[in-house]
Amino acid sequence: MALDGQKTAYTYIGTTPDRPDGLDKVTGRARYGADISLPGMLHGAVVRSPHAHAKILKIDTSKAMALDGVKAVITRADFPDGLEGEDWNLQENCMAGDKALYDGHAVAAVAATSPLIARDAAKLIEVAYEPLPHVTDVDAAMAEGAPVIREGAADFSVPDGLHPNVVRYFDSGRGDLEQGFAEADLVIEKSFTTEAAHQGYIEPQACLGQMGGDGRGELWVTTQGHWFVRRMCAAILGTEATGLRVTPSEIGGGFGGKTTVFIEPLSLALSRKAGGKPVKMGMTRSEVLRATGPTASASMDIKMGMTKDGRITAASGTFRMQGGAFPGAPVDVTTMLAFGNYDIAHVRQVGYDVLANRPKQAAYRAPGAPMAAFATESVLDELCRQLHLDPIDTRLKNAAREGTRATFGPKYGPIGLVETLEAAKAHPNYRQPLGPNQGRGVASGYWMNWGGETSASVAISEDGSITVSIGTPDIGGSRASMALMAAEAFGVPYENVRVNISDTGALGVNEPTHGSRATYASGLATIRAAEDCITKLCKRAADKWEIDAEAVTWEDGCAKPSGPNAGDFPPMPIAEIAAEMGETGGPISGHFEGTPAGFSGSFGTHVVDVEVDPETGRTTILRYLVVQDAGKAIHPAYVEGQFQGGAVQGIGWTLNEEYIYGEDGRLQNAGFLDYRIPVASDLPMIDTVIVEVPNPGHPYGVRGVGETGITPPLPAIANAVREATGKRLCDLPLRPSRVLAAIRGKG
Amino acid sequence: MTRRLHVSTTLNGDAVDFLCDPRETLLDCLRDHLGATGAKEGCGTGDCGACSVTLDGRLVCSCLVLGVEAEGKEIGTIEGMADGETLHPLQRKFIEHAALQCGICTPGILIAAKNLLDRNPDPTETEVRYWLAGNLCRCTGYDKIVRAVMDAASELREAS
Repeated sequence: MALDGQKTAYTYIGTTPDRPDGLDKVTGRARYGADISLPGMLHGAVVRSPHAHAKILKIDTSKAMALDGVKAVITRADFPDGLEGEDWNLQENCMAGDKALYDGHAVAAVAATSPLIARDAAKLIEVAYEPLPHVTDVDAAMAEGAPVIREGAADFSVPDGLHPNVVRYFDSGRGDLEQGFAEADLVIEKSFTTEAAHQGYIEPQACLGQMGGDGRGELWVTTQGHWFVRRMCAAILGTEATGLRVTPSEIGGGFGGKTTVFIEPLSLALSRKAGGKPVKMGMTRSEVLRATGPTASASMDIKMGMTKDGRITAASGTFRMQGGAFPGAPVDVTTMLAFGNYDIAHVRQVGYDVLANRPKQAAYRAPGAPMAAFATESVLDELCRQLHLDPIDTRLKNAAREGTRATFGPKYGPIGLVETLEAAKAHPNYRQPLGPNQGRGVASGYWMNWGGETSASVAISEDGSITVSIGTPDIGGSRASMALMAAEAFGVPYENVRVNISDTGALGVNEPTHGSRATYASGLATIRAAEDCITKLCKRAADKWEIDAEAVTWEDGCAKPSGPNAGDFPPMPIAEIAAEMGETGGPISGHFEGTPAGFSGSFGTHVVDVEVDPETGRTTILRYLVVQDAGKAIHPAYVEGQFQGGAVQGIGWTLNEEYIYGEDGRLQNAGFLDYRIPVASDLPMIDTVIVEVPNPGHPYGVRGVGETGITPPLPAIANAVREATGKRLCDLPLRPSRVLAAIRGKG
Repeated sequence: MTRRLHVSTTLNGDAVDFLCDPRETLLDCLRDHLGATGAKEGCGTGDCGACSVTLDGRLVCSCLVLGVEAEGKEIGTIEGMADGETLHPLQRKFIEHAALQCGICTPGILIAAKNLLDRNPDPTETEVRYWLAGNLCRCTGYDKIVRAVMDAASELREAS
């Protein structure tokens, strides 16, 4: 009865119904992180370091505590000692210990009866600092004589003789580089930098926490993953994970930045200290930019060789990345994916994870991949230009395909890079004539996607309608995708399915909505749980018909005898079985718990046309095309949305967005006016082509689609600017002053 | 503690009043004193438009208006956009076009877009893009938002 192998014909998959949470979200009813209040609630505020690096000599909270309405003040002394590894990193990042490690690092927090009193009280907390030398640039941070952020932070991978700020080291490759470069007709070597970019979710971090002296509590929070929040908060507070029930609010964007904790443990610690009163906390935009994790900044050296006819003979890259004052810059992924698009015999990747006086980096859409793509796809483009080769044909010649041994080791299964390149080449955008000061750029990119721990339940209601309970917050329409997959599995209308995002008390562990895993893993779990349900539904019908359960099949929402030999009974609809389930064996539900491992990566190819104003150096995007492999597009409109959103975040990173630190090590652009993300008037429509090369590891062929789209824009735009101006710009962002300097020969 | 002030105003056609600290913004008052949490705080500095509301018909960032300034005025928020059960065409088109992903910017963008169509029933794509340039969306890349606004404008023109 259950689906074996992969379906190819669908009733609901591939349609674009209205999302189930659409009505709430267009009427203002949807409840996000800051939208909940509780009786007796207090409001929290955080005191943050104005120094990039400083010893904390003394914290005097007496004036704040004396203010009318203040109920609790906490410092690091209110948290347990003895944490290790990443738990210690998280605790130290949420609340500084002996030292403030970056501008914006939390040093104390207060809870009071109103937000204004909390804010006033925070100003009354007196912190005595002894400023220390600081470093915010990655190359400076690993140079001799750079201030040491933390002694002993390096792990076993780091070779002797490197600066103590180098905390992890990666070295991988195969073949013989010398031989590979000798085979080349042209070898190009260039260095690149990318600045840190912030995820820029419009909803700042917000939560409402309550915890008693017994360590039991509840937390309402905007997050991509509430089991992560539970585990991290319990570790930081020294409580038991199960004692804390975490309920995810609707989430106003995350892009990786809401897979960790910042203010959440503080709200619980304040609540515990204030006798268990709930404490609401929310960040300002300035706090979001100064103290939550942007992505890492990078400094990279790339060398690639090519024959005259366009075959890549060898490639090597060195990647230095800082992810703030803690280990964790995604240089492992950067080195892994740097040359992952291509079939290259001789390749080497070296990576350095470096500490600097900046906020602890957090995941940002395809973490680590866009920086590498910027560098490697720029060099590939330069090789094509100098050898007079078509960039798409050259990529086709070298493209990884099914059976190619990836530069990072394993052999690829069915993948869609070739298909995206062919679709891009066939698209009208690739043939549009260009005018003066205009240029076209092409680049490809990859994200390997993820499965991860997954739990889901599907329950049949008394009227035969279906409740799907999953643990991955809906950040971009995934309720609709789950409902479509459940409708397909059961053969019932989409409208008969309701999808709930369960709290941590209602399901087993789930990883967050990250790694482009929600539609893949929660989707697979939904289908498997539905199949578990269908087995039980068939059994009820079989019992009633007094035939073997194996003789019953499931089709279009009904149990049916599997053939003439099974017996002659009319189809029994789900509603009929459900109406009687109380008498036929009790409630019917299905479950899935597992770690789906059949995820498969998604390749994309982007084509962009730009115009560069020779007077100002400003780059305008004229046309933009995203072609990407979805495996199978469950809800094509939301797949397109992921392509478009990823591309525009990449456009922002390329043209405008950067963390700007002053000589004093303080962030100079901690607001949306100066940290400028793309606005509607910056952009054209974003054209999309969905390629579908099914992933054999998902019942309907799904790959993740969320992350790949931010990877190609950085090099694609730089390649287009190269064509428009004749200048190869190797440092992001391509702000007008930088482009103008290059045009005028000063770059 | 600062003395609180009494403010009488109109919210989506209903007479309401509240007490507020003179430092509180209109956004704070809507969310914390009037239970209208549809307007969102994305930046608090007038850069993102998530808190967009109308004040006597004028589009404003409610984070840049003090609560006390609402005295005697008419406030329009997302909670008042639908006519009972019937969604405004903009709201319906946003759902149909998948013009929202996370949805946090949606209330502000709908308020701003309605304010545009009230003034200019037949905007060009460029006019829509420039009008909405003060409303940040980080999820969609604006493509489907612009399409939804254009489609709603077209439907409204046909209906009038």
